Amino acid sequence: MSDHQGQGGPVVEVRGLSKSFGPLRVLHGVSLTVSAGRTLCVLGPSGSGKSTLLRCINFLERPDAGVVLLRGEQVGVHRTPSGRERAMTDRELARMRTRFGMVFQQFNLWPHLTVLENLIESPIHVQGRSRGEAVTEAEALLDKIGLRDKREAYPSRLSGGQKQRVAIARALAMRPEVLLFDEPTSSLDPELVGEVLAVMRDLTREGQTMIVVTHEMGFAREAADEVMFIDEGVVVETAAPERFFSNPATARVRQFLQRFA
Amino acid sequence: MIANFGIVLGEWRSLATGFLNTVWICALSGALSLLLAVFVSMLLVSRRHGVRRSTQGVVDVLRAIPFLMLLFIVYYCLPTLHVRLSSWTCGLSALIVYNTAYFAEILRGAWSHLPHEQEEAGRAYGYTGLRLYRRIILPQIFIAAGPVLGNQMITLVKNSAFLMVITIPDLTFMANQVQAIYFVPFETILVAVALYWILCSTIEWTVRRMDRVALVRGHE
Repeated sequence: MSDHQGQGGPVVEVRGLSKSFGPLRVLHGVSLTVSAGRTLCVLGPSGSGKSTLLRCINFLERPDAGVVLLRGEQVGVHRTPSGRERAMTDRELARMRTRFGMVFQQFNLWPHLTVLENLIESPIHVQGRSRGEAVTEAEALLDKIGLRDKREAYPSRLSGGQKQRVAIARALAMRPEVLLFDEPTSSLDPELVGEVLAVMRDLTREGQTMIVVTHEMGFAREAADEVMFIDEGVVVETAAPERFFSNPATARVRQFLQRFA
Repeated sequence: MIANFGIVLGEWRSLATGFLNTVWICALSGALSLLLAVFVSMLLVSRRHGVRRSTQGVVDVLRAIPFLMLLFIVYYCLPTLHVRLSSWTCGLSALIVYNTAYFAEILRGAWSHLPHEQEEAGRAYGYTGLRLYRRIILPQIFIAAGPVLGNQMITLVKNSAFLMVITIPDLTFMANQVQAIYFVPFETILVAVALYWILCSTIEWTVRRMDRVALVRGHE
């Protein structure tokens, strides 16, 4: 994480992103900017396109239109030294995806690997780092999330909250430039939500750049630097959390917030 | 009757040779067909329509014919097409081809039950193509399909007994020789059956262990 601190400017920039599944328009002209060390929370009703937005940012879904820039480099487009552009190959795109750390709603830990193996799998086999270095770093991450004693456990032996904390550590182990959270607490029992949010709050404090799709209003209010509301695939409002929650500019957001009041 | 068992035990060398032949024939064709099945299973889920359909067609035909028929095709029919193979080559290749079809179909089935999110998590963490298959998908479908693959392995052992009809000296062939020479069919076959039972039970025991692995390391 420390290796890209001190660089100002946007880490992620999205311009005019659109995506349809058949006749269904999921995203339409979405733009956003996240600067280094900042946390953007994306709110919106179910089915508003929030998850698709995250999946388009790291090109798990290919957008129909629009541009995604990671530190100024266009995702999905390879630029040769002479300045010519072509579409990235699958391999180039896969390599670029490791610069985004993704945390899924359903954790999606690899069940055939132990907790430690989950953390070192991609650093070793995709990023080509040495095993010793990857293990040392993974152990430090397990200390940080308080699960060092689970290093040899298989995911099936963990609670939902523990799984999601491991999933966050797995994302961090790749030293990503930005973390993408896709409703990280939505499939957890209510009493397990707190431990995951606590880890996420620590990360925002440490200056990790994050985009968080969530329904946790409390988290958005306290931890976000900026809140974005999307509905039916369109950005309705983007504002600082104080402003967003106390004095939203649009009727649509006011109506949405009333249901949580 | 005790005396008859004495005759059979006196011929233990023949039976041991047959047993060891059966063991290595099964081990070799099991291992090779599993390796081939890994590649065939990739064709079975290929994004190219033509590749997927034609591979599935071949697999389905192989699974629909009795093993003995396939053996006859390789041993009796290929020579009329001027393809002459030794009985060993015929026997092993028939076993391998036949089991590859079953193994590949088992792997494809396990793959289709693997939650799509597993593959997606792999892609999100930089995996693609063959590396995605080898590191993320294949270990999981092996764990899920382990018990079924083990059962198919037992079927392979039993199918290998057919190889005697093309004069391969497996356990069945050697037992048949012993009983024909000394005319002690009951005792000889009992011993041969016991040896098959030991072999299949060993596989069965491994299958049960794999079941326990799947409980901890399988996807939920």
